[in-house]
Amino acid sequence: MNALAAIPYPVFAGFTGAFEFIFSKQESSVTGGKKVGGIEQVLELAWTQTYVSLLALALALVIAVPIGLYFGHRGTGELLAVGIGNAGRAVPELALIALIAAVIGVGIPVLTIALAVLGIPPILTNTFVGVQQADRSAVTAARGVGMTEFEILRKVELPMAVPGIMTGVRGAMVNIVATATIAPLVGVVTLGDFILGENVYGTNGVLAGAICTAILALIFEFALAGLQRQLTSKGLRLQAQ
Amino acid sequence: MISSLATMPLAAVGEVGESFFHKRTGETLPCQARGGHLFCWDWATENIHRFGTPTLQQLELTLISVLIGFAIAFALALLAHRYRLLQWPLLAGTGILFAIPSIAFFLLLLPITGRSRETAIIALSAYTLQIIYRNVMQGLANVPDSAKQAARGMGLTERQILWKVELPLAIPEIVGGLRIATVSTVAIATLAVFAGGGGLGTQIYNSANLSFPTAIIIAGGIAMAMALAFDAVFLTVQRFATPWRRVEAEAA
Repeated sequence: MNALAAIPYPVFAGFTGAFEFIFSKQESSVTGGKKVGGIEQVLELAWTQTYVSLLALALALVIAVPIGLYFGHRGTGELLAVGIGNAGRAVPELALIALIAAVIGVGIPVLTIALAVLGIPPILTNTFVGVQQADRSAVTAARGVGMTEFEILRKVELPMAVPGIMTGVRGAMVNIVATATIAPLVGVVTLGDFILGENVYGTNGVLAGAICTAILALIFEFALAGLQRQLTSKGLRLQAQ
Repeated sequence: MISSLATMPLAAVGEVGESFFHKRTGETLPCQARGGHLFCWDWATENIHRFGTPTLQQLELTLISVLIGFAIAFALALLAHRYRLLQWPLLAGTGILFAIPSIAFFLLLLPITGRSRETAIIALSAYTLQIIYRNVMQGLANVPDSAKQAARGMGLTERQILWKVELPLAIPEIVGGLRIATVSTVAIATLAVFAGGGGLGTQIYNSANLSFPTAIIIAGGIAMAMALAFDAVFLTVQRFATPWRRVEAEAA
């Protein structure tokens, strides 16, 4: 029915070949004897993916946190903040990246902006909610002891919002790392290159790419979970127990 | 540095696309072949039927995955509600599944389950676990102690308290979880093409369409519209199911 040719898909034998691909260079079946894979290339691509992901996360943080804090403190703009979060979840990453590649072009700056766009909604919404749900009596007390509005935001609401913000950051990072996997579509060679480039790396490469991407994502997740624990104030941690 | 995709296949993509359109339209160059068009209405009106089956597949993938995910997550949440010791391991376990990038998840399943719709459904349901589990737990935790004590005072058993008091009061959070899970699943189901699961992704990640904005916009637009439609449906359900509470569970 569909006249358009589909990109051919790999048929997998098992995981053994994939692990061999990760640790030692292999002859490629297609590139005419050029060696691919091996730990060096894996690390290089993993570094690119880490680098663009962190860059995008930083950009998303710089934009989303101040806006979330501002509206959360004022208690206005709830529809907007929550709406952005909902709309953000509905964006199909594959379509976004493919569209950017077809219309805007390729390169790290373009990719970083696209990934940041995906990261902003969860951070913005969770920051907003975190600040808004900060204990109101604590805010009133802070105002009572003569804190300025900025001090209240920085010393009372922000610490209380940290768990919320970090939940948003983790959600954003899951999204960013996953989408960075299809970054080769915009010409940035991440671990996804193994996955999307079966013609160069073979089926073992595809599977190796999947394994490495999953490991990288889990490293990020654990690191951010640890960071969340570090950043949450001791008082809040005790309260939670 | 080898960039397999940026150089090799994309160069070929243009040719495939062009020859394809030349053949179809004969004399006049279609707007896509002339280039510089973001959206090609002629092509869209002529080819919109291509998107029917993928749209249905996407819908099917989403509904089945969310249903399975809900059944599992709900059961896990009830277990964890009863045996508190399970709470943390279940949260961590579902969190790990959630953190694995979807494409990697699909591909890691392929050697085990093969290229099929089932593979896509397994991965997609795994994604919904964390969201639904967390929301059900949150809903149960938010039930006021006074309500439970009143029920206990009236002589309800623990099981009756769970089904007649706690779960009804937790509906806003539960529906909120279903809502987030469904909306994200629609978006992620676009990637099911990597598992051979069909869906709208087939109209995007496809050698002829990958560099053709019109097809990408249509497929992406349908996916997004579907997600937002689900969002609206669940919002309505939430309002009807809990007339006593406005939408405060959204954020969770």
